[in-house]
Amino acid sequence: MPAPLEAIVVMLVKIGVVFATLLFVAAYLVWLERKVIADIQVRWGPTRVGPFGLLQPLADGIKLFFKEDLIPGHVERALFLVAPAISIIPAFLAFAVVPFGGTTTLFGLLDTPVPLHLADIDVGVLYVFGVTSLGVYGIVLAGWSSNNKYSLLGGLRASAQMISYELSMSLSVVGVLLLVGSLRLTRIVEAQEGYAWWFPQLLPIPVPNWFVFSQPLAFGIFFLCALAETNRAPFDLPEAETELVAGFHSEYSSMKFAMFFMAEYINMATASAMAATLFLGGPLPPPYLTLLFGESALLAPSPVWFVGKVLLLLFVFIWLRASLPRFRYDQLMTFGWKRLLPLAFANTILTALLAVGG
Amino acid sequence: MELLIFAGLALVAAVSGLLVVVQRHAAYSALYLSLTMGALAGLYILLGAHFVWAVQVLVYAGAIMVLFLFVILLLNLPREEVRWAPHDRLRIWVAVGLAAILVGELALALGLRPGGEAGLAPTPEGFGTTLTVGRLLFTEFLFPFEVTSVILLVAIVGAMVLAKRHD
Repeated sequence: MPAPLEAIVVMLVKIGVVFATLLFVAAYLVWLERKVIADIQVRWGPTRVGPFGLLQPLADGIKLFFKEDLIPGHVERALFLVAPAISIIPAFLAFAVVPFGGTTTLFGLLDTPVPLHLADIDVGVLYVFGVTSLGVYGIVLAGWSSNNKYSLLGGLRASAQMISYELSMSLSVVGVLLLVGSLRLTRIVEAQEGYAWWFPQLLPIPVPNWFVFSQPLAFGIFFLCALAETNRAPFDLPEAETELVAGFHSEYSSMKFAMFFMAEYINMATASAMAATLFLGGPLPPPYLTLLFGESALLAPSPVWFVGKVLLLLFVFIWLRASLPRFRYDQLMTFGWKRLLPLAFANTILTALLAVGG
Repeated sequence: MELLIFAGLALVAAVSGLLVVVQRHAAYSALYLSLTMGALAGLYILLGAHFVWAVQVLVYAGAIMVLFLFVILLLNLPREEVRWAPHDRLRIWVAVGLAAILVGELALALGLRPGGEAGLAPTPEGFGTTLTVGRLLFTEFLFPFEVTSVILLVAIVGAMVLAKRHD
């Protein structure tokens, strides 16, 4: 095939793969969550529909598809219809810059190795934060256009929460950026190769040069802010089923509700992917495996390691949901502004002093 | 190709800008303003200023306009009535006249430039990258940068004082 056509086809295939994977994740993350929470609560999760309840998401999808699509008479129609779309599009867009693998030749089918990311832009980190901050619009508009006290309050609380935690999230990443010197996500992944030379040799195995070890506070802050950004427990007051009916998506039914639901789970996946890329080395394998098993093609950066790390972080998301009670709204805001933000600043200053000073 | 993208983005920016002022309900105006900001951000990319694109989307469209929207939504304004008044005709003619003068001035300014279009300086190496912007902000433009942050602080303190409850 001529070169430009091949490039376009490769790009379309990559986009297709990432899109399909995200949709698959949106569906089966729900299954995983139900199973894990059930396990923690010592009960079965879905077991009836298919082996281990694996067809449960399919059943749920069919149910949601066939539900009556109610549009109450008193809503602002245009915004009501557009809000779910505004909510879900940024969730997908953010994945366009995440490097989920090294380079691949599809086991030798292609002549030139294909880098496994959709786009490698100069301001990758800022792109992701910018795009996820657009997701706030979907929630605010859904809450307001429903023309309903509970939805409006839910929507405003959710968006205030998201904006507050965006600050600490971006600040916590500044520590990583100071150590790397670039906003490109591929550069950040490259900077995490090898071993951490500065880590004292306490264990028999050396520690990988991942930023979770050099910036543990930043990782903690980032993870907590990701929990708040995606409205996940313990920060899930906006959709607190027991308090606000269903919050900003009370008036939605069928596919529009499904879109909000999917948007939340894909945001979770995006936040985990960003945490994995920025702090856990993304698609890089743990380098001490080369010590144990020698050089091997299996230990190249690949999507396998990336998916593994993302799944680990998603498991922690689900674990926290099952274990912790909900924050009250004022506690939530106090935590974001008075505790996390100063900590993030402190981390930035400390990193700047240590990295640039000596 | 670039011209096509530019035409699309400029059209979106111009049309949303127009739609901001002709809406009956203020919430739609705020949303169209956000769309205009987004289109402008796209135009920044065409100019090679990636960092400004990111900051425009992140700060302007993603935070400032959301807060605008909060205020407008909470105010619960009624829809505006559209009624023609007799002096509106005069207003329209004045607006068209002033717009024509503005366009004429723009064309004159571009045309009278020494060397015409070719007289525009080429962009230096590294223009618009985060490194360049950061370097400039902390060297040449340090004083305006610090003054701006003080201005923002004053605005925040002022807002808090104005909104304070006097028990």
